[in-house]
Amino acid sequence: MSQTVRPIDEPASQNEPLLQVRDLKMHFPIKEAAGLGRTKKVVQAVDGVSFGLKAGESLGLVGESGCGKSTTGRMITRLLTPTAGQILFKGTDIAQLKERDLRPFRRELQIVFQDPYSSLNPRQTVSNIISTPLRVHNLVKKGKELDRVQELLERVGLNPEHHNRYPNEFSGGQRQRIGIARALAVEPEVIIADEPVSALDVSIQAQVMNLLEDLRRDLGIAFVFIAHDLGVVRHFCDQVAVMYLGKIVEQGPREQIYGAPQHPYTQALLSAAPDLGTIRGVPPKERIRLVGDVPSPIDPPSGCRFRTRCWKAEDICATHEPPLEPKPQSTPGHAAACHFAEPKIDLTAASA
Amino acid sequence: MTDPASEDRKDTMVESAAGQAQTPADAKRGPAVATRERRQGAANPSGETPYLVVEDLTVKFPTADGLVSAVNGLSYSVPLGRTLAIVGESGSGKSVSSMAVMGLHDPKRTKITGSIRLGGDEIVGLPENELMKVRGDAVAMVFQDPQSSLHPLYTVGNQIVEAYRVHHQVSKDVAKKRALEMLDLVGIPNPQRRFSQYPHEFSGGMRQRAMIAMGLVNDPKLVIADEPTTALDVTVQAQILDLLNNLQKEFGSAIVLITHDLGVVAEMADDVLVMYAGRCVEYGTAEDVLARPRMPYTWGLLESIPTVSAANERLRPIKGLPPSLLNLPTGCSFNPRCPYKDRVKGERCTTDLPELLPVDGAGAHTSRCHLHDKASIYEAEVAPRLG
Amino acid sequence: MIYFVARRLISALSVVLVTLIATFALFFIAPTDPAGAICGERNCTQQRYNEIKQNLHLDKPKVQQFAEYTAGIFAGRDFTTSGVTRHCGAPCLGFSFKNDRPVTEMLTSRIPVTVSLVAGYAVLVLTIGVLVGSLAAKRRGTMGDRVLMSSTLVISSVPYYIVALMISLYLTVLYPILPRGGWTPPSENIGKWAAGLVTPWLVLGIYFCTSYARYSRGSMVETLSEDFIRTARAKGLSDRKVTYKHALRAGLIPVITIFGLDVAASLAGAIFTERIFDLPGLGVLVLDSLNSYDLPVIMGTVLVASVVVVTMNFLVDIAYSLVDPRVRLS
Repeated sequence: MSQTVRPIDEPASQNEPLLQVRDLKMHFPIKEAAGLGRTKKVVQAVDGVSFGLKAGESLGLVGESGCGKSTTGRMITRLLTPTAGQILFKGTDIAQLKERDLRPFRRELQIVFQDPYSSLNPRQTVSNIISTPLRVHNLVKKGKELDRVQELLERVGLNPEHHNRYPNEFSGGQRQRIGIARALAVEPEVIIADEPVSALDVSIQAQVMNLLEDLRRDLGIAFVFIAHDLGVVRHFCDQVAVMYLGKIVEQGPREQIYGAPQHPYTQALLSAAPDLGTIRGVPPKERIRLVGDVPSPIDPPSGCRFRTRCWKAEDICATHEPPLEPKPQSTPGHAAACHFAEPKIDLTAASA
Repeated sequence: MTDPASEDRKDTMVESAAGQAQTPADAKRGPAVATRERRQGAANPSGETPYLVVEDLTVKFPTADGLVSAVNGLSYSVPLGRTLAIVGESGSGKSVSSMAVMGLHDPKRTKITGSIRLGGDEIVGLPENELMKVRGDAVAMVFQDPQSSLHPLYTVGNQIVEAYRVHHQVSKDVAKKRALEMLDLVGIPNPQRRFSQYPHEFSGGMRQRAMIAMGLVNDPKLVIADEPTTALDVTVQAQILDLLNNLQKEFGSAIVLITHDLGVVAEMADDVLVMYAGRCVEYGTAEDVLARPRMPYTWGLLESIPTVSAANERLRPIKGLPPSLLNLPTGCSFNPRCPYKDRVKGERCTTDLPELLPVDGAGAHTSRCHLHDKASIYEAEVAPRLG
Repeated sequence: MIYFVARRLISALSVVLVTLIATFALFFIAPTDPAGAICGERNCTQQRYNEIKQNLHLDKPKVQQFAEYTAGIFAGRDFTTSGVTRHCGAPCLGFSFKNDRPVTEMLTSRIPVTVSLVAGYAVLVLTIGVLVGSLAAKRRGTMGDRVLMSSTLVISSVPYYIVALMISLYLTVLYPILPRGGWTPPSENIGKWAAGLVTPWLVLGIYFCTSYARYSRGSMVETLSEDFIRTARAKGLSDRKVTYKHALRAGLIPVITIFGLDVAASLAGAIFTERIFDLPGLGVLVLDSLNSYDLPVIMGTVLVASVVVVTMNFLVDIAYSLVDPRVRLS
C-alpha cells in the first residue's frame, strides 16, 4: 500500500522524490530584555526535519501543538524562510531562493489553511479569489478566466453559478472548498494541507476529506497533510511522520506507524486517541497516559526531547540524542528515533 | 476534602435537592441520594432517579431575520453519578440547551419554555437573583477554551477563591485553603506557586485543570462540560477525560458532556443524546446509541468519522448541509440529507415530524425516525460498512 | 523594573532632546527677526538693533546658540544687557523678549493653572465617560443605549469653542447659575480656586466625555462578549460584579492609552478653555507669545509640552503593566 506508485503525467517524477526536505531548521529569535540591553534566545520550532515525497504520494505530519508541523508546512511553501536546510523541489533547492526566482515554484507548491473563515479575503468575490493566482501566473487568457473559475468551482463541488458571491455567504465547509479551488487553480504538483478539516463539523469534514482524496486520485497531486487528528491522517496518508518538539520521532508507511509503532511517543499518541470502539467501563486497549505537558521549544531537553515525559527514559536518553534510523525489527521505510524502540501492537485494535 | 463552610450553605435549591444539609460525608452520596424519593421526571435510560430533568425545553432567539428555534422540545434527565453526552454538530442546539440549564441566556433576548428541574426545583422562569444562587453552586460549567474562559487579568487562585466566596461566606484565608486543595485535587503540581500565577503562565492542559478546579470548588451536583477537551492536544485530552472520570467517581456528581467527538462520547458517556437542528433525534445508553443506533443521522455521523483503528475505506459523509434554524424543513429536519427517506411510504418524511419513540416498541432507547425496519437496515447495511 | 524605568528614561530624554532641536531649528533658523520685533517699528536705530542682537547672542553661530541654550537649562547662564549682567538660575529658559521676565518664572506661575484645569478634566472625563460607556454597553441595543449614544454624537458634533462660549455667556454672565471662571491659587483660598474652575471643568468634562463614552462602550461591548465574562456569570456572580469588576478591568485597557495621550495633549492645548474662562494658563501664554514672536517663551512651552507628553506615555506604560499582568516591564 505504501509503495503505491500512481500514474502521473510527468515522467520525470517516476523514481526520485518530487520533494525532498533535508535537515530543515527554523529557529525564531526572540528578544528578551536583560539589564539595559537585550539577550537573544531562540525558539527551535523545527530542528532538523528530513523527508521525501514522491509524486502523487501523501505524507502525513502528525503531532501536538508546538511540534513544528505547521512551521514545516510554511517553510516548504516558503511562506517562511528556513534558518537552515534544503528543500529540493525536482532537484532545485528552493530553501533560500529570492522572491523573484521563487515564483515558478510558488505555483507548484500550494497551501490550504486550517481556518476557512480567516484565510479568505471577505471583501473579494469568490471569482476574484480564485482567479487572482491565475492572473498572477498568466495561466489563462483574458476573457477565459470566468470559465476556468467555474470549472474549478465545479471540481470542488460548489455551484459554479455562485462565483459572484462573497465568502461570508458560504458555510465553513464550502469556504474550505473555495480555499482548495484557489490552490488548484494553478495546477500545483504538491498541496500542503495544514489542518484542512479540523475546523469543520464531522459530516462536513468527511465531505472535504473525500474531495481531497478525489483530487489526489484524479489529478495525481501529492500532499503533505498536516493534522493533529490521528484518524484523519490514517485515512488519508500513505506515509506518516510523527513530530515532537521540532523533530521527527518516527516515520514510515501508515500500516507500520499505526499497526506496529516503535517510538514511545507514537504509542502514547495512539493510545490516547479516544476511540469509538470503546464503551465505557471496558478498557479495550492498553492505556498509556503521558504526564505533564510538552516542554518549551526555547530550551528543549538535552538528548532525546521526549525523555522528560517518557516512561522508558534512562541516562543515555539525556546524553545521546537518538538518531532517526531503521531498527532491526523494522520493515523497510520505517524509522524511529529512540534508544529503546520496540514495536507495540494492538494499540488501536479496539474495534478492528 | 474538609469543607467547614458547606454546613451553612445558603442555597435553598441544594438543600431541598438533597433533602438535607451538605456535609463532607455527603460527597460520596451517589447511591444514597439516588434511592431517595423525588419527583419523577422524563424517562431516563438508566431508570435511576434523575437529578437534572429537562422536559420539553424550547429555546428561541428573536433576530432581525425572524425567530431562531435553537432548541425544540428537548427532554432528558441525568441521575447523580452518571454522564450524559449530548452530541451534535454546530448549530444543533447542544450548547444552547445547556446554557439554559445554567440560566445563562439573557431573558430579554431569549424565549425559553418547558421545564428544567434540578433536584426537583424549577429553573425556567426563575428571576436572575435566584438563578445566581444556583449557578456555580449546584451546577457548574467547564468551558471549551480555557485560554479565553479564564479572566486574563486575575490570578488563577483569585478566580477560584472568588468562585468559592460567591456561595460561601468565609474569609479569604479559608477560601484560599480551599482553592489550594482544589488545585491539588485536579493534579496541578505546586499549588502554592500556581495559586498566584496568571492564566497566561499556565499551559493549555493546566488551564483546563484550573477551570475544572474552579467549577468543582463548590462541590456541584451537576457539572456541564461544554467541549472540555476540544481545544486540547490528544495526550492532554486523555489526561483531562481521566480527571473528569475520576472526579465523578469521587464526588458522584452528574455530568452533562457536550461534544461533537464520538470517540470522547464512547470513552466518557453512560447515556447519549444525539441532537440535530435543535431536536433530540436519538437517546439511549451509550451502548444502545453507539452499538445499536436506530436513526439515519447517527449512522451518518458514525460513518463520517475516520477512526484511528479503521482501515482505509472511503468515508461516507452525510450529504448536504445542516438546515438553517430560521427555516427548518417540514417533516423530519433531517429529511433533505437522509439517504433512506425513499424507504418510507408516501411523503411522511417531508410532511410529518416523527416522534421520539422507543426503538423496540418499549424501553428507554428512543429515536426520531419514520423508518419501519431500522434494526434490520442497520444490521444489514450500515454495520458492515462500519467494520 | 528598575532597568525598565532606566531604559524608558533614556528614550524619554532623547525624545525631549529631539523636540528641543526641532523647535530650535524651526524658530531660530526660520526667517524671523526677533531682534527687529523687540526693537519695534518706530524708534529703532541700527545701533540699538545690533545691540539687541548682540545681547541675545543672535549674532553667534546657531550651534553655539543652541549649546548655550541647552547648557542654561541644566546649569543656568548669565545674560549681559547694556553692561548689566543678570544671572538666570538653573532651569534657565532665557528671558522673555517681550517683558524681560525669566521664562522659567513665567512658566512656573502658569503651570498650576493648566494642571488644575486638566486634572479636573481628567477625573471628570474618565469617570463620566467610562460610566456612560459601560452603561450603554450593558444595555446595548435598548432605547437607553440609543439615547445615550446619540446624545454623545449631538454634543460632540457642535464645535467645542461654541459650546464653551455659549455656556460661559449664558450660564455665568447672563443667567449666573454657574460661577464665573477665574484663577485663585489654591494656597490662597481653596474654595475660590474650585469656584473659578468648576465651570470650565464641567464644560470640558461633559463635552469630551462623549468620545470616551463611545470609546469605552465599544471596548466594553467587546469585553462583555468574551468567554471569561460568561465564566464569571457561570460562577454565580451578580450582574453588577460581572460588569464592573470583570468586564471593566479588561475593557479599560484600551481606554488607558487614549486617556494618557489625551491628557498630555490637553495640558499643552487648553487654549480655548483658558481664553474663554479667563484662566492665565499655558495655553494663553503660548497664544500671546506667538503673537509677539517671543521665542524664548515659545521654546519654553514647547519644551514643557514635550516633557509632559513623554511623561504621560511613561505613566501609561506603568499603568498598563499594573492592569495587565501579561505586559511585562522587563
